[in-house]
Amino acid sequence: MPRVVVDVMPKPEILDPQGKAVLGALPRLGFSGVTDVRQGKRFELEVDGEVTDAVLEDVRRMAETLLSNPVIESFTVHVNDAVEDQPAVTGTAAGA
Amino acid sequence: MKVGVVTFPGSLDDVDARRAVGIGGHEAVALWHGDHDLRGVDAVVLPGGFSYGDYLRCGAISRFAPVMTEVVEAAGRGMPVLGICNGFQVLCESHLLPGALIRNDHQRFVCRDQRLRIENTRTPWTGAYAEGAEITVVLKNGEGGFVADDATLDRLEGEGQVVARYLEVNPNGSMRDIAGVANARGNVVGLMPHPEHSVEDLTGSGTDGLGFFTSLVESVWA
Repeated sequence: MPRVVVDVMPKPEILDPQGKAVLGALPRLGFSGVTDVRQGKRFELEVDGEVTDAVLEDVRRMAETLLSNPVIESFTVHVNDAVEDQPAVTGTAAGA
Repeated sequence: MKVGVVTFPGSLDDVDARRAVGIGGHEAVALWHGDHDLRGVDAVVLPGGFSYGDYLRCGAISRFAPVMTEVVEAAGRGMPVLGICNGFQVLCESHLLPGALIRNDHQRFVCRDQRLRIENTRTPWTGAYAEGAEITVVLKNGEGGFVADDATLDRLEGEGQVVARYLEVNPNGSMRDIAGVANARGNVVGLMPHPEHSVEDLTGSGTDGLGFFTSLVESVWA
């Protein structure tokens, strides 16, 4: 089943308190070197049939009217029909 | 006057709002989110709460409720509409009011008795107050930070569309201490604090909020 992904992010000039909270938590957990975090939303829309330009145009209108608030958020649309599972993190990679 | 109070799934303060309407001398009419019907009311209050669980964004789903089609249409004709807290969020999502409301800058839910200054007394909801009146009403929100771009903020201030501003403490990071705004025409007002909780001496922070529910007569229909 083809999948259209809509990523919604707070606009750069809009304060993102959630991202700031995550940024603040990282050093407390021992992660260094991250200078900024912005938190957004990802929508995965499964569509019936082929993803045509008309379908993408529909998705863009969905994104404008419901999935995002254009006053504070921007969005991007992309097609992603092979949804890959995240590989499990192995003990050696996570431990060090 | 008949004042409708809309109940959405997840509305919390609809009963208090109806009570405040009655104490203010009007007849409260319960309106249902799923009806394409305003039941002949003269004004509408969108109450506080967590409509649709605040899913997606606060007010984003409620905006498309059947009753909102009627509210938007009536607002366009000049009907007074007051959105309180979640109601303010619904009005912003409906584009009846400029700007948006985001999570409090300090990340915590805030609940306090809040000092406000009433800066615009020419709206149907604030005519009972003296210009510059300082009042205390209940404030409780998690996503009450009012944001808009600089040009919009300048226009709101320049055109007198800032209805109320926070005094002493900015409780949620709202830009320019804005607690409430009106549309250009002035009939649609959104307010983050809760005047409906401050209308009786027995409970709440006093009776400073009552003016929002007594103003209709004095400013619109006198």
